[in-house]
Amino acid sequence: MAKPKPRVRAPKKAAKGEVIEIKTLISHPMESGLRKDSKTGELIPRKIINKFVCSYNGDEVFSADFHPAISANPYMAFYVKAEESGELVFTWTDDDGSSYSKTAKIEVA
Amino acid sequence: MRHLRTLLVAAAGLATALVGVGFSQAQDWGIYQSGDKRSGYTFAQPETQAMQDDDFENPAFLLVDAAADLWEQPEGELGKTCAECHGDVESLKGVGARYPVYSEDWGKLMNIEQRINWCRTENMKADAWKWESDAMLGMVSLVKSQSRGMPMSVAIDGPAAPFYEKGKAFYYERRGQLDMACANCHEDHAGEMLRANLLSQGQANGFPTYRLKWQKVGSLHRRFRGCNKQVRAEPYKAGSDEYVNLELFVSHRANGLPVESPAVRN
Repeated sequence: MAKPKPRVRAPKKAAKGEVIEIKTLISHPMESGLRKDSKTGELIPRKIINKFVCSYNGDEVFSADFHPAISANPYMAFYVKAEESGELVFTWTDDDGSSYSKTAKIEVA
Repeated sequence: MRHLRTLLVAAAGLATALVGVGFSQAQDWGIYQSGDKRSGYTFAQPETQAMQDDDFENPAFLLVDAAADLWEQPEGELGKTCAECHGDVESLKGVGARYPVYSEDWGKLMNIEQRINWCRTENMKADAWKWESDAMLGMVSLVKSQSRGMPMSVAIDGPAAPFYEKGKAFYYERRGQLDMACANCHEDHAGEMLRANLLSQGQANGFPTYRLKWQKVGSLHRRFRGCNKQVRAEPYKAGSDEYVNLELFVSHRANGLPVESPAVRN
């Protein structure tokens, strides 16, 4: 399986106090742990993204816990109030402990 | 009296609906139209069009991104990558607009799927990809998407001519229990409703396409198989000579329309 690839769309510029929409997507099979291998009948071990966090200049502004019913390639869109210029860091945590992150810079005028 | 009024209201509604349809046909579709040809995009719902317009929303780009990694990945006994021969994938700009083409080695037509597998087995000594595998669909989409916006310009002269004639014969030949040819829907009734679906002209400029019904990207040959099954005909295999010839015919039929791969359709 290819390595999960996070994608983020966030505006580069925003006015102070503006509510901005952020869209995120990560390619991931989100194996629920409930499926069986069609040939051997063995359960396929669970492997999902279980947590997503968005931080804005170090402060957590949005987070979500994922459970096995979330589909493959989870897409999420949410809103953040732009207060100051800085960095948005998006982190996805996998069941095996590895995490994938992506950064977006934002300029607030 | 009440009945009459209901009837009148219904008739007025129908008239508005008809005017509405008439108006939409007169609409200027910009690049998605070339003469009488209209891309499948113009038959799609606005929501579906919006998915295609934004690469972030277009689910096919998950496969395209994965294919961009495969482009750099050494494969097969020789451990070669696509990039070693072709350089950046941008070098294949234009390929998506002119395939399928006649192959001297094969003595018949070759489409992009077959060209990729030919490269894999001959130049990389790697295993061929399955037709409908994610890797294949992604790679075809990646290659074709380099030509996005370019007008389809498939040549049918020279050695390709006999194959074009075969594809054309297939297109106009009635088949299956319903005894219908491709043309019976896509030429005779394009723009009309087939039960709940709006029939498009069946233009092939957006394949491989993310189809909402499939919830997946699919190849043109998968679409051919689906159409053949719907008229209750025995479908051919993906990659069969019959379908590659038909692909040449329908690709040439779409000449002038922009390459949209990977498109989004219902």
